[in-house]
Amino acid sequence: MSATVNRVGLPRDAYKGAATTLCAGCGHNSITNHMIKALYELGVEPHMLAKMSGIGCSSKTPAYFVESAHGFNGVHGRMPALTTGAHLANRQLIMLGVSGDGDTASIGLGQFMHMIRRNVDCTYIIEDNGTYGLTKGQFSATADLGSVQKKGGVNTFQPIDPCAVALALGCSFVARSFSGDGKQVVPLIKAAIAHRGTAILDIISPCVTFNDHDGSTKSYSWVKDHEESIADVSFIPFFEEVHVDYEPGTVRDVRLHDGSHIVLKKLGEDHDPTDRRAAIQVIEEGRAEGHLVTGLLYVDTAMSDFATTEHIPEQPLKDLGEDELRLSRDDFAQFMSEFA
Amino acid sequence: MSCISLMAEFSGLAYYAEVPVVIFDIQRIGPSTGLPTRTSQADLGFVYTLSHGDTKHLVLLPGTVEECYEFARDAFDHADRFQTPVFVLSDLDLGMNLWMTPEFKYPEKKFDRGKVLAKDDLEKLAGEWGRYRDVDGDGVTYRTLPGTDHPAAGYFTRGSGHDEMARYTEGADAYARNMDRLTRKLETARHELPAPVVDEKGSPIGLIAFGSTDAAVVEARQALDEKGKNVDYMRVRALPLSDEVARFVARHERVYVVEQNRDGQLFDLIRLALPAALVDRMRSIRHYNGQPIPAGAIIEPLMEQEAVPT
Ligand SMILES: Cc1ncc(C[n+]2csc(CCOP(=O)(O)OP(=O)(O)O)c2C)c(N)n1
Ligand code: SF4
Ligand SMILES: [Mg+2]
Repeated sequence: MSATVNRVGLPRDAYKGAATTLCAGCGHNSITNHMIKALYELGVEPHMLAKMSGIGCSSKTPAYFVESAHGFNGVHGRMPALTTGAHLANRQLIMLGVSGDGDTASIGLGQFMHMIRRNVDCTYIIEDNGTYGLTKGQFSATADLGSVQKKGGVNTFQPIDPCAVALALGCSFVARSFSGDGKQVVPLIKAAIAHRGTAILDIISPCVTFNDHDGSTKSYSWVKDHEESIADVSFIPFFEEVHVDYEPGTVRDVRLHDGSHIVLKKLGEDHDPTDRRAAIQVIEEGRAEGHLVTGLLYVDTAMSDFATTEHIPEQPLKDLGEDELRLSRDDFAQFMSEFA
Repeated sequence: MSCISLMAEFSGLAYYAEVPVVIFDIQRIGPSTGLPTRTSQADLGFVYTLSHGDTKHLVLLPGTVEECYEFARDAFDHADRFQTPVFVLSDLDLGMNLWMTPEFKYPEKKFDRGKVLAKDDLEKLAGEWGRYRDVDGDGVTYRTLPGTDHPAAGYFTRGSGHDEMARYTEGADAYARNMDRLTRKLETARHELPAPVVDEKGSPIGLIAFGSTDAAVVEARQALDEKGKNVDYMRVRALPLSDEVARFVARHERVYVVEQNRDGQLFDLIRLALPAALVDRMRSIRHYNGQPIPAGAIIEPLMEQEAVPT
C-alpha cells in the first residue's frame, strides 16, 4: 500500500527535518509544523527550496523541516543579504527566510528594510516572541512598552512593529499571524510563497521559557485574548480549481502571479488588502484598542520584483557557460580601445 | 578600509562555511575614517585573519595595474577551487590614480569552478557524499550548487560547528578535525598562489616589498645602483607566504622589507614565517603619511642603516 503523496509524488515525511532542539511548547516548533504542512501541500520540490536564516532559536528552525533542501544558517541579522545573493544566482529557487524579532528588528533592521525596498522575491518569516530567546530573555525591539520580563524588568522603549515598518516602506506583501493559529498561518505561508516579491509574515510565537507570563504581550494567554482576525484566509494553489461558493460581497479574491488565489472571507468589518493606507489604519486602531490584528494586511501583486527590475536572467548562474558569461573578443577590444 | 571592518563577521562565515567569495580592498589610510582620500598598505595584517576566531584568508597582492586586472580573474578561480574568501589588496594609489599599463590581454583561460558535483556525479556516487568530507586529502571538499536535481544534492550549511556531513555538532573531535582540515586546505592553496617575482644579481642586500610600493622600489634600485649599492629585489604577491621568501632571505645578509604602514606588517609576517636563525637578517623601512611612497623614502633609510656597522 502506498502512502499518500502530494502532486510531486512525495509523502508528508519527506518534508520533515532533524528533531527539534528547542524547548517543548515553544511557538517556533508550531511554526515548523505549519511550514511542513504548507510545503507538503504546495508540493514544493525539496531541491528547489533554499531555507535561509540568521541567528536565534527561530533561526535554528530551518534544520527542522525539509531535511533534503538546501539551507544556510548565517550570521545574526544578515539573512536578507544571504537570501538576496542566493536568489540572484538562481531565480528558480524558492527562497524561504526564517528570522526572529531580534534578528529582524534589532540587529537586522537595515537589512530587513533594504530587502523590502528592493522587493526581493522571498518569503520572510519573523518568529516574533518579543525577546532574545537564544541568549536567555533580554527584551528585543518588538517588546511592547511596559512589557514585563520574567524576573520583573520592565521594558522602557517603544516597540518596533515589523508590519508597520514594512507597510511604511511599501512592502508588497504584509501579514501577521499567531503560531497557535495553524488555520491562518498555513494559508498565509502558502500565499507568501506564491507571491512574487518580498512577503513579510510576522508570526507571534511565544517563548515559553522567557516570555510567556502575565505582563508579556507575546504570551499565549495574551494573544488568545486579544487576537482579532481581519478576515478568514484560504489559499487556492494554481494547480487546484477555484470554487468560490460564498455569498456575493462576503469574500475578496486576490489572484497571485502564478495563478494561485487568496480568498479572504469577511469577519465583521471589511478590510481591503490592496489598500495600503487602510492597512496602516487597521494596525494603528488595533494598537490603540490593545488588540493584535492578524491576517493578510496588504498585498500588491503589480510591483516588479528585484531580479526582474535588474534584468537578471531566468537561467541560473550555475547553468551559464563561458560563452554567455565572458565578453566576446570584439566587445573586449572595443572596451579596451576606450582606454587608449 | 572601513567597509572591510564592517564585513569582518561575514568573512569569518565564508571561511568557516567555505563559501567562495572575492573581495577587493582598495586600501586607504586608517585607523577609523583616517584620511579617506589617501593611500596606505595598512590592511594587510588585518585582512589576512579578518574575523574573530582562528580565521585565515587567501590574499593576493597585485603590484601593477595589469596585475590588478589579471588577479581579478584569477581570484575567482582560486575562490572557487579552494571554496574560501580571496582578498585582493590594491590601494588608493594603484586603484585611483592614472597609470600607464601594457594593453590587457583577452582572458583565454577557462573558468575553474573547482570541486562541484553535478547530478550525474551524485548518481555515480549513489548519493554518498558529505559536504565537508576530505576525500582527496588536500583539505578541499566537494560541494553541490543549489537547484541540482538530485535528492542527495541539498545540504544545510552554517557558521556554527559542523561535522563532515554538515550536521550541527559541538563535538570536540569533529571541531578540531574540521579546523585542521581548513589548515590543510590553505596549505594546498598556498602553493597555487602567484609566486614572488625576483630580480637578483647576487648582492648581499635584499629588499622585499609588495603592491604599489613596486614603482618606488624600481626607481630606488636604479638610484642605489648609481651609488654603487646593488640591491636584490623580491616582490611578494600573495599570503600565506611562499617558501621562496625564506630562501631569498637565506641568500642575503640583510633584507629590507619596505611597506606603506606604520608597524611593518609584512616585516612581522615574514619574521614569523622564518626559521629563527634568519630572523636577525631582517630590517624594516616604513612609510605612512597617506602619500604614495617616493623612492627617497627607501634610499635614505636604507643608506642610513647600511652605514651603521652590524
Ligand atoms: C553580531 C551578533 N551579536 C549578538 C549575537 C548574540 N545573539 C545570538 S541570538 C541573539 C538574539 C536572538 O533573538 P531573536 O532573533 O529574537 O531569536 P529568538 O531566539 O528569540 O528566536 C543574540 C543577540 C550574535 N550571535 N551575533
Ligand atoms: S528559549 Fe524561548 S524561543 Fe528559545 S526555544 Fe526556548 S521557548 Fe523557544
Ligand atoms: Mg525573539
